[in-house]
Amino acid sequence: MEVIATRPKSLRDVPFTYCPGCTHGIAHRLIAESIDEHGLINKMAGVAPVGCSVFAYKFFNFDMAEAAHGRAPAVATGIKRARPDMHVFTYQGDGDLAAIGTAEIVHAANRGEHISVFFVNNAIYGMTGGQMAPTTLPDMKTTTSPYGRKVDDIGYPIRVCELLDTLVAPYYIERVSLLSGPDIIKAKKAVSKAIQYNKEGRGFTFIEFVSTCPTNWGIEPVKALVWAKENMLPFYKPGVFRDKGAPE
Amino acid sequence: MSKVLMKGNEAVAKAAINAGCRLYFAYPITPQSELIEYMAKMMPTVGGTFLQAESEVAAINMVYGAAGAGKRVMTSSSSPGISLKAEGMSYLAGAQLPCVIINVQRGGPGLGDIQPAQGDYFQATKGGGHGDYRLIVLAPSSVQEFADMASEAFDLADKYRNPVMILADGMLGQMMEPVDFKPAKTDQEIEAMGHQHESWCIHPNQDGDLKHHHEINSLEIDPVVLEKHVTKLYEKYAQIEANETRHELYNINDDNEILVVAFGTASRVVRSAVDELNAEGKNIGLFRPITVWPYPYEELAKCIGPRVKQVYVFELNTGQMVEDVKIAVNGKVPVNFWGRVGGMVFTPEQIKEKLQACF
Amino acid sequence: MKTEIICSGFGGQGVLTIGKFIAQAGMKEGKHVSWLPSYGPEMRGGTANVSAVVSDQPIASPIVSTPDILVALNQPSIEKFAPHIRPGGVLVYDTGMCPDGCKRTDIQIISAPISSLAKEIGSDKVVNMIAIGMVIGRTNVIKYESMEEDLTSFLKERDPDLLEKNLIAIKKGMELGKA
Ligand SMILES: Cc1ncc(C[n+]2csc(CCOP(=O)(O)OP(=O)(O)O)c2C)c(N)n1
Ligand code: SF4
Ligand SMILES: [Mg+2]
Repeated sequence: MEVIATRPKSLRDVPFTYCPGCTHGIAHRLIAESIDEHGLINKMAGVAPVGCSVFAYKFFNFDMAEAAHGRAPAVATGIKRARPDMHVFTYQGDGDLAAIGTAEIVHAANRGEHISVFFVNNAIYGMTGGQMAPTTLPDMKTTTSPYGRKVDDIGYPIRVCELLDTLVAPYYIERVSLLSGPDIIKAKKAVSKAIQYNKEGRGFTFIEFVSTCPTNWGIEPVKALVWAKENMLPFYKPGVFRDKGAPE
Repeated sequence: MSKVLMKGNEAVAKAAINAGCRLYFAYPITPQSELIEYMAKMMPTVGGTFLQAESEVAAINMVYGAAGAGKRVMTSSSSPGISLKAEGMSYLAGAQLPCVIINVQRGGPGLGDIQPAQGDYFQATKGGGHGDYRLIVLAPSSVQEFADMASEAFDLADKYRNPVMILADGMLGQMMEPVDFKPAKTDQEIEAMGHQHESWCIHPNQDGDLKHHHEINSLEIDPVVLEKHVTKLYEKYAQIEANETRHELYNINDDNEILVVAFGTASRVVRSAVDELNAEGKNIGLFRPITVWPYPYEELAKCIGPRVKQVYVFELNTGQMVEDVKIAVNGKVPVNFWGRVGGMVFTPEQIKEKLQACF
Repeated sequence: MKTEIICSGFGGQGVLTIGKFIAQAGMKEGKHVSWLPSYGPEMRGGTANVSAVVSDQPIASPIVSTPDILVALNQPSIEKFAPHIRPGGVLVYDTGMCPDGCKRTDIQIISAPISSLAKEIGSDKVVNMIAIGMVIGRTNVIKYESMEEDLTSFLKERDPDLLEKNLIAIKKGMELGKA
């Protein structure tokens, strides 16, 4: 029998704690495969956030740190500055990165910190049971926006790629989608490129994954993908915002 | 009014609204999220402000602003989030701003877990943020008491111009018990209350008096002035210590052989054990501090009857309040401690075993 | 009199609701009650359980470690809690979900294919009500009338059909409990 898909070496044999149909698992896999492909498993370190992916420190098969809520880019900065020969990434949700951790991500990006940041945008706080995130869409109902997100009161959702794209230092910024097979193939290319740039010491690289949270959206997994395609992608348009390594 | 079965998190939120709280700023965290969710749902129905802040740091500073503007304002969180509020609490105390902060404690340190614990006792009662200051800290043990404390906390905050913390835990936040709510303050009462701080707070200068100038501030760059300010704070704290200690006595009498001390939900588990042992012919008294700052030292000292062989303290931490108990007992009898941590809650059977070993 | 109850099953089976209805009914009857759920990530697809206490006296510990009544809707719940049932206490379980049952002989065991009976009555949602009925049939922790009153005020307008089914389910449970 031909083996067509095995667990990447960069993932440990530990079952994921994610709900059925959650896209966090796909994001993990893409990152792990890319690290394997670039031969970095022995020189990699990751920083897990506080969110559903809080246990990411158990899942990746190299040294990992678990940060306080929102502080992963600062922790990654510390690791990278202390061990410049290692390659460092953070993995963060939208509440973690774009609410409580806004200062840390903006300043890590602004310093052009030599780290990769993988950002899972599911428009909600998954871990804590479905509260409003900074990326929650206008009028979307959550447990803390029970009457829908009122943009006049609480503002519009934050587009993080666009925000970081105003800074001079970042080397590579791309938004991808995890909502279909072909999208995932594209996403894989972007992740691989970020890891490659990280390996080459080029600078700050940032990938946003447009994702789903079937559990807290209250939509079954397959329909959640459709819902996200119809509602998330028009607001969070996939694309390359910055690629300083692209051929002229 | 008839009783309703409600979770602690929701009951305290409803009671706060009844007490005239019209501004609430917070950030989600387990096991207090029902509180923020209740506020999200109900504040708009009473014309109040609910705002989910981008962080606990922002939330507590929104509280600083609203309290500085003289309004009843509240925030809530659980342990890791309370740490982030510590800076703001120090500023609030320094600037003498009334507000209510709820801590639905969980296991720590660090990210810890989300099960009930009492590990933030030191943080709550000994300051928590930097500098010399005190929060008034109330420790409820039932959903009814949790709810009742909302209005008491606001009254104390207003009376002393000081932040008040309600130190609850995940068990109390998550559990449901029947609650009787005090009648809600009317709009007129709230309006009237809104003027009580106008001698110092930020508010419109109605009569256009050019001398009107209020500062909400904790900075005193001149050490002579700062010393005076901190001394004044301490005079206030002494007054609170003299007037505001609260406690509950359970089976305290001259024949007590052991005196048990416990606070919050832990005291309920302990009470079950005490009941069972007393039914078996032992004589154990239970002292429950309700204010943990100011601590009821004198009241506790008075409960050490002539036959008390030892004082036993039970907490859901590695031994924090026991230090205050030792101050109160002052060497009169031995003080013993046992606790569980990490979000593990002791059972009445375990407490019973510990107490039985004393006879 | 104090009755300590644990209801346990998979997350989503509604065991928390069973506890809530019992506590609510007890409160209506003027008793002291408490309801303490397990909470946290284990609820996501894992097991859920709730401690409920109904008592004439104020309730000290809301945590139940030796229940008078255990309602188990899956086998792991029996493994976990049945050994702690007070001798003479009551175990209510769903034979469809708990194939291995319980070997204890010093407790009263009432079992029935609760899930299939619910389907017969016409709604998966009434599993809870059959279980509550079984408890009412065997013990006097709460009265049928309190449940009927509670459900009526809650469902009469909203879903009279479900109300009807709920009441049938409780009565069915009571028969099983009495047997
Ligand atoms: C200081 C602090 N505040 C709040 C929390 C509670 N908390 C845990 S995860 C989380 C939000 C997670 O949402 P997100 O980052 O979007 O990740 P997701 O679960 O959606 O993947 C919050 C608010 C915490 N652990 N620490
Ligand atoms: S709650 Fe949402 S984001 Fe979290 S694991 Fe479940 S589906 Fe994924
Ligand atoms: Mg999220």
